[in-house]
Amino acid sequence: MPHARRMLVEDRRWLDDRQFTELLSLGQTLPGPNILNMAVVIGARFHGWLGSVLAALGLLSAPLVIVLSLATLYGRFAHSARLIQILAAVAAAAAGLVLATGGRLATRMDRDAGSIFILVVAFLANFWLRLPLLGILLVLGPLSIGLAWRRLRREQRTQGGAP
Amino acid sequence: MNGPSLSGLFLRFCLFSLMAVGGATALVPEMHRQVVDLHGWMSSADFATLFAIAQAAPGPNVLFVSLIGWKLAGIPGALVCTLGMCLPSALLAFTVGRLWDRFRHSTWRMAIERGLAPITIGLVLGSGCLLVQATGTRGPLLVIAALSALLSFRSKLNPLWWLAGAALLGGVGLLS
Repeated sequence: MPHARRMLVEDRRWLDDRQFTELLSLGQTLPGPNILNMAVVIGARFHGWLGSVLAALGLLSAPLVIVLSLATLYGRFAHSARLIQILAAVAAAAAGLVLATGGRLATRMDRDAGSIFILVVAFLANFWLRLPLLGILLVLGPLSIGLAWRRLRREQRTQGGAP
Repeated sequence: MNGPSLSGLFLRFCLFSLMAVGGATALVPEMHRQVVDLHGWMSSADFATLFAIAQAAPGPNVLFVSLIGWKLAGIPGALVCTLGMCLPSALLAFTVGRLWDRFRHSTWRMAIERGLAPITIGLVLGSGCLLVQATGTRGPLLVIAALSALLSFRSKLNPLWWLAGAALLGGVGLLS
């Protein structure tokens, strides 16, 4: 994502910083891969639906070829004991990276009791109880958005009251 | 082992696409639940390895989905799963993108963004724990996972360095 910002804002100047931040928040609010959502919206802004299709293809096609080539290589050498060890170590490190991502996101969220409660319930339902994600989202989604809405209204009211 | 049909995969991943709050990483436990636990289409270790390959390769991390598809049904599977994962959310983004100016400052939009954040984070942390578990809970692997979590949380270095370091440790046989 930092790389995408540098290319779009600094090198090509297709967007300014404010537009980039707005598109990022759009990409993150909607479901699906964030960066793909951004690519689709940016493509559409400049060249309509064709721009969207081309932006999505441009974003995905080369990495897709690379990752599938790697997978094919892996398929061919999967019985090698050394490769198994290397990949187990990389998999453990990759799992660690995901934990770090979660930690970093957590430092930026609202930290009232309600949000933390939602976070813990989502974690336990998902990882520990292995409940279906659809159910988790249908229960926690409206609840959490409702709580956030109340928080926002309260903030707006206190801001509105101040001179 | 009965593999999945291509159309079945496509529909399944279309649903994933719309459930991916905050991105593809939040989906990892749900994909694991369906692909490993419910249907037994691959082992937990295979799942973790494919995730590792996707992380180590360049490009958006949604390509993990392509690897799942590849494992289940070869190259056609990879294409079908990638398309299923991308199409519904892309159509939604395309539609909403045109109306975005109207929603940008609405309280509802901000409520959705801030309300989804704790759910996303809970799911992402769940993904991390599940991947640690799937990799295997042998001591040295746990140490690597903990180190990589700590180092990448603390430093701004490109995370690929931590993956490369882990590969090196695995390659010289320090983990056996």
